[in-house]
Amino acid sequence: MPWEDPDQAPFIEFRNVTKKFGDFTAVKNLSLKIYKREFFALLGGSGCGKTTLMRMLAGFETPTSGQIFLDGQDLAGIPPFKRPSNMMFQSYALFPHMSVEKNIAFGLKQDKMAAADIEARVAEMLRLTKLEQFAKRKPHQLSGGQRQRVALARSLAKQPKVLLLDEPLGALDRKLREETQFELMAIQEDLKVTFLIVTHDQEEAMTVADRIAVMDKGELVQVATPAEIYESPNSKFVADFIGDVNLIEAKVTEKSDAGTRLTAAHDGFLIDSDQVTEAAVGDTVWFAIRPEKIRVTHGQSGPDAVNRIGGSVWDIAYLGGVSIIHSKTAAENVFRATFANISRIVEDPITWDDQVVFTFDRSAGVILAG
Amino acid sequence: MDEEHIPAPARRTLGGWLLIGVPYLWLLIFFLAPFLIVFKISLSQVAIAIPPYTPTFDLGEGWQAIWDGVTEFSVENYLWLTEDALYWKSYLSSVIIAGISTLLTLLIGYPIAYGMARSPQSLRPTLLMLVILPFWTSFLIRVYAWIGILKNEGLLNQLLLSLGLISEPLTILNTNIAVYIGIVYSYLPFLVLPLYASLERLDGSLLEAAEDLGCPPWKAFWKITVPLSLPGVIAGCFLVFIPAVGEFVIPDLLGGSDTLMIGKTLWSEFFNNRDWPVSSAVAVILLLILVIPIVLFQNQQQKMSENN
Ligand SMILES: Nc1ncnc2c1ncn2[C@@H]1O[C@H](COP(=O)(O)OP(=O)(O)O)[C@@H](O)[C@H]1O
Ligand SMILES: [Mg+2]
Repeated sequence: MPWEDPDQAPFIEFRNVTKKFGDFTAVKNLSLKIYKREFFALLGGSGCGKTTLMRMLAGFETPTSGQIFLDGQDLAGIPPFKRPSNMMFQSYALFPHMSVEKNIAFGLKQDKMAAADIEARVAEMLRLTKLEQFAKRKPHQLSGGQRQRVALARSLAKQPKVLLLDEPLGALDRKLREETQFELMAIQEDLKVTFLIVTHDQEEAMTVADRIAVMDKGELVQVATPAEIYESPNSKFVADFIGDVNLIEAKVTEKSDAGTRLTAAHDGFLIDSDQVTEAAVGDTVWFAIRPEKIRVTHGQSGPDAVNRIGGSVWDIAYLGGVSIIHSKTAAENVFRATFANISRIVEDPITWDDQVVFTFDRSAGVILAG
Repeated sequence: MDEEHIPAPARRTLGGWLLIGVPYLWLLIFFLAPFLIVFKISLSQVAIAIPPYTPTFDLGEGWQAIWDGVTEFSVENYLWLTEDALYWKSYLSSVIIAGISTLLTLLIGYPIAYGMARSPQSLRPTLLMLVILPFWTSFLIRVYAWIGILKNEGLLNQLLLSLGLISEPLTILNTNIAVYIGIVYSYLPFLVLPLYASLERLDGSLLEAAEDLGCPPWKAFWKITVPLSLPGVIAGCFLVFIPAVGEFVIPDLLGGSDTLMIGKTLWSEFFNNRDWPVSSAVAVILLLILVIPIVLFQNQQQKMSENN
């Protein structure tokens, strides 16, 4: 993987980039390297500065300080219309007075391309995005999904070095969004263009991206592959932001080279982890464990039990493929566990108010600094 | 087209019909009825009487009398309009003066509307206010004020003289130039307001998208801003052109004796010659000439509201 190779030159690099709007800092001293042909996702809540970061790359905002490089070239002072990137806008920004094919041809015409070449490229883009029969329509005669594809075709037509996608699927309904995610991946595979996608939808980022940068308040919190982000979050923020998680406040009670023992702050149960933490004995930390890594069985938990949490079932959500069990401990803390509904009929199903125990392995959770 | 929302056909209630009926009633009373009266007079003959034409109708005299009157109608006045060159020259000159004025108004109004639409959000209400402000004083007084500005010893000439730009006062007042100035000044808000509305609606991300696709800003203006503001341009131009053709006050006060406009011709026919029938015929033909741009304007408005 290119990001693991220290000799690999980054294709896009943000170097100590800061962007201020008046007193407000939208992007804080941010450094990031993105490699050629990556499908890279910027993920973060609304207002965390994702769009601003992307707009600086496209040239619509100027960094207050810091530098941005694209393919080795410092982008400072280069106006948007001379940058080798193309952007797919959140609102699609299709030209309402032009037909689908004119929209797609717009960028090519700016390059003074020969008419026959333009026609060929437009036809290719229409085929790629399955828009052939809509070529003559105006944007207002298209459905949301079709408009989205026109916007994609238009931004890809010029074969940019980087395609910037700002919440490209935000306006689509769930099913269409999922289909389109796979289409996007196929197109990226096909064209071998570097894709930088902005999204606030973690599932979307996990689905499409090779690597994800999690942003919070204008800063990068973690940059890693989807699996790393999910399984080894580096902070409470990331653990909480990505997927569902049980966060247990705990004190470090023992430490060794083989692992760490924690005592839950509120319920007093013991947690054994094989993770060697930097926290000292006596420190307060957070133990993060995903609901699907917990087993649920009927029964009680003894006082000295390790990696066992007793409680009574407070709520069960049946989602079809999986069920989520919410159980309350004696100290009224809620833990969630999910299990797959493998069998259609269960002998002794867990139901409301049952006494259950949640058990998990030494490697199931992550210890995070407080 | 699966995601498109198709509105249910509107079902009209009594209130709904009343609501639609009011504007029609308004048109009937204040437009159609006066027009029919003018049309009737245009088919009559001059007479030394009060009113100065014949026949006149008195509903009290019964149907036979009215029918006798109708048989007296003739198109003689319309034929007269074709015989004297003054009339078609007035029409033509009015259309040309209105056309040139409309173009000038557009040239001045477009940058104003564009600047307003591009100004910070907080400033826009103030700018709009400034455009509308002149309406608070009488139109007549504002046109009179231009006499003070444009006459030989007026403000403009004094300014140019004192700046040393000219050595002798320019004769502007009582020429067609003064008429152009008057029309452009008076009708500018009618062009700026619809144009501003369409420019303000323009989505800024379209210009960014154009730029992103390699189009420099000045070119994006021609490729995106201008075509998308065209409905505003057309609406604004009609709103200037249509009233300017029949304008009387401006050519009368600012124009010269050789400024030929149909409004002036109509006025002198009516007041100087006391020839109500011919002046009515002039008015009817003027309306016919204006029907073309008015219908075009209506179509354009219709198309615009369908597209939104
Ligand atoms: N042109 C601007 N002027 C002032 N503040 C802005 C501007 N653009 C963005 N911001 C602010 O910067 C922050 C980050 O915005 P943005 O990058 O659009 O967030 P995101 O795309 O992550 O939702 C927001 O708080 C927003 O209000
Ligand atoms: Mg955004």
